[in-house]
Amino acid sequence: MDMPKPDESVLNRRDGIIAALGELLPGDAVITDRDELRVYECDGLTAYRQLPMIVALPATVDQVSRVLRYCFENRIKVVPRGAGTSLSGGALPLADGITLGLAKFNRILEIDYGNRLVVAQPGVTNLAITDAVADHGFYYAPDPSSQIACTIGGNVAENSGGVHCLKYGLTTNNLLGVELVLINGEVIRLGGKHLDAGGYDLLGVVTGSEGLLGVITEVTVRILPTPPAARALLIGFGSCEAAASCVSAVIGAGIIPAGMEMMDAPAIRAAEDFVQAGYPLDVEALLIIELDGTAFEVDQLVDSIEAIARDNGASSVRASADEEERLKFWAGRKSAFPAVGRISPDYYCMDGTIPRHRLPEVLGRIAKLSSQYGLGVANVFHAGDGNLHPLILYDANKGDELERAEAFGAEILKLCVEVGGVLTGEHGVGVEKRDLMGTMFTEDDLKHQQRLKCAFDDRGLLNPGKVFPILHRCAELGRIHVHRGRLPHPDLPRF
Amino acid sequence: MDKALTPDSPDQVLDAVAQALDQGRPLEVLGSGSKRTLGRPMYGAQPLVLSHLEGITSYEPEELVMSAHAGTGLDVITATIREHGQHLAFEPPDLAALLGTPNTATIGGVFACNLSGSRRIKAGAARDHLLGASAVSGRAEAFKCGGRVVKNVTGYDMCKLLTGSYGTLAVMTEVTFRTLPAPAEAHTVLIRGLDDKAAIIAMTRALAGPWEVSGAAHLPRAVAAASRVAELADGGAATLLRVEGPKPSAADRAKGLGEGLGDLGTITGIKGDDALVVWREIGDAAFFAGGDGRQLWRLSLPPSAGAEVVDVLTITQECRAFYDWGGGLVWLELLDPASASPDAVRAAVAASGGHATLIRADAETRSKVAVFQPQPEPLARLTARIKENFDPKGILNPGHMYDGV
Repeated sequence: MDMPKPDESVLNRRDGIIAALGELLPGDAVITDRDELRVYECDGLTAYRQLPMIVALPATVDQVSRVLRYCFENRIKVVPRGAGTSLSGGALPLADGITLGLAKFNRILEIDYGNRLVVAQPGVTNLAITDAVADHGFYYAPDPSSQIACTIGGNVAENSGGVHCLKYGLTTNNLLGVELVLINGEVIRLGGKHLDAGGYDLLGVVTGSEGLLGVITEVTVRILPTPPAARALLIGFGSCEAAASCVSAVIGAGIIPAGMEMMDAPAIRAAEDFVQAGYPLDVEALLIIELDGTAFEVDQLVDSIEAIARDNGASSVRASADEEERLKFWAGRKSAFPAVGRISPDYYCMDGTIPRHRLPEVLGRIAKLSSQYGLGVANVFHAGDGNLHPLILYDANKGDELERAEAFGAEILKLCVEVGGVLTGEHGVGVEKRDLMGTMFTEDDLKHQQRLKCAFDDRGLLNPGKVFPILHRCAELGRIHVHRGRLPHPDLPRF
Repeated sequence: MDKALTPDSPDQVLDAVAQALDQGRPLEVLGSGSKRTLGRPMYGAQPLVLSHLEGITSYEPEELVMSAHAGTGLDVITATIREHGQHLAFEPPDLAALLGTPNTATIGGVFACNLSGSRRIKAGAARDHLLGASAVSGRAEAFKCGGRVVKNVTGYDMCKLLTGSYGTLAVMTEVTFRTLPAPAEAHTVLIRGLDDKAAIIAMTRALAGPWEVSGAAHLPRAVAAASRVAELADGGAATLLRVEGPKPSAADRAKGLGEGLGDLGTITGIKGDDALVVWREIGDAAFFAGGDGRQLWRLSLPPSAGAEVVDVLTITQECRAFYDWGGGLVWLELLDPASASPDAVRAAVAASGGHATLIRADAETRSKVAVFQPQPEPLARLTARIKENFDPKGILNPGHMYDGV
């Protein structure tokens, strides 16, 4: 993984930059000590580490604006950071860059039940939003597995999902507004307390932009009434094909469950060993399907899905009778990653999305790749929306296993694209999948994405080295090309 | 005016844009023109009509996804997916009757304008349903964005940029979008005689409850009177709440909703075709069809502010209004052309937060008055920079959204 070459002239100015930041921020908000910087050297993708040049921890919008303006004028790179839980290296520091941490933006600013929304600072955790409104019978729907730690600002930057996005959507579908500071220090507001932001959908564009377009300083999200009832089904199958066809049949019956998760045999065994969730061990695939809504509707749909499961050859079907049992069904799935961590020194989590009906074929080919690379793999998926999380098992201390794991992972992602899917469903491109962008997009596709970047940040100072494998200069992207020598156009129909 | 260009392949669209770029001649990008008068008028632009670029290119009902060329008729698409029990969940409105335009919307135009109907509050907007697109930018370069799956965070979400950009950044040639299971049944709960503020409270309670309300609209007396549903037309103000889902649980939820709001007035319902008709009227703002070019505004507001904004406006404006999205969407017709004041509308919206779009007015008014909500300076500059990056010569619908953009 090559990062942009650090700019010696910036590194040489480090003392001056520290002094300048000291003018803009309180003393304790500028971190320069090597040991303290160590805390920020990586995010959730721990295979890549880099000490930042400086860490700045502003506490107000004005401070963010002034720091960005300074960086803009002095051409210093900036890496925004929330809680650092990204799994794709989106918050990986740059040797010649300032990591801008938003941790001090940790307050919920407004809860508006009448308009069913919460206004929060970006450093508030995802779960804290639900916690703040739960007593009034509301919750915030997107629930990434890191929700106890990840921040809402980071969720916007990554367009985070979770197990319930099948029915309730990703961050982008639950976001009403943001306040955003541009690299030149200008502060803009996109959206607000109303639906549809108006003008170009820059709210939609900023969501999932991985810190490349601006720094989010305020977030407004929709909250939903908590469904009065929820039940889960635990369904075992003798083959992944049968489980996949059950998933298709459920959706074909017009049912969109709150969540529809799948695990393969290695993942089931690891989870059962870890938390004793009561998973059947004589199956090749397990589905956990959750229904929520009124008790009447949930019971009705549980019955429908039980019938569909049996029609699709389920070897075991259990429906949760009470809340305790429902949580137990989920316990194994929710601990699947740490459970796999117990059976392997390291694992590498992938995140492609595929069309649902290609699942059996993709699993078959992942199994073949597994023997080819000599590395085990456990599969968990958000089956309802075709989002795969193969966990590649390796030991970083053993020879070339890390390199093999990365190569294996890249093959899986290319496979996802080949069958009509995408490189990443919810974890982001970051540095991890940056060099694979060319498998999904043409040069012209990527250039148009970068032209959007040029409109926001034409000096390329915000989070460079992430998402795009080649950094074109905006001046170069701005040139108009003459087209294919096909002018004039005699064949063009007109009336 | 130059003859319309009528490409029937993505390559011909590329040629058309390349030619316009070469000659520095602006194009008016159109599907079939059903929403042609929505936006600032363009003078001297050559029409680029996409309705010959038609045809469904892929439909996988079990994957809940369809791809179609941008000029494919919305009617063709809805008829095709209906055979599989599916629908476009965001309920694209048909504004032809309002605007006096041909009733021939194309799927590309639906996404280019990002207009959504009553189910917006539950199912999301058009922009939430566009998964992928192929397009030709004002640089005469073809590019694609997104994919065919819902969960996709690979690169910037360029589909969002194209949705609602009214053809000012790129000409979409093909779109890929979600087709979702249509609910087995729908029930509409009706409360009569509420004033606007009481209706907002009723809708807020309905939306905060467990009934999964998929439509929440309020028609004051003067608007209800224009409904084609006889029962509605002569009974005063009508507050309508829609509940959809599988049988029989949708009925159970509707019953619960009626009981939950029982203290607000007499609860009845609208059945069968009447319910379909009135929800169509609400989504299309059909009560204001015709209208002799009277100004029609569409306000997106914090739901709780809807009635207040209308209240303030009635002080200076003779108007008719109704509410959708639980109060968050207000359709407002200014009845007296002499005193109709866009400034008054914008001031009322500014007080609550939100935005106002001038959906219908004569061309002269649309040239003079900002059709879309004016943007504060840093945002306006950013908008202009985006336009500049995608369409540096200003050949795609120049000035259609904002003057000079």
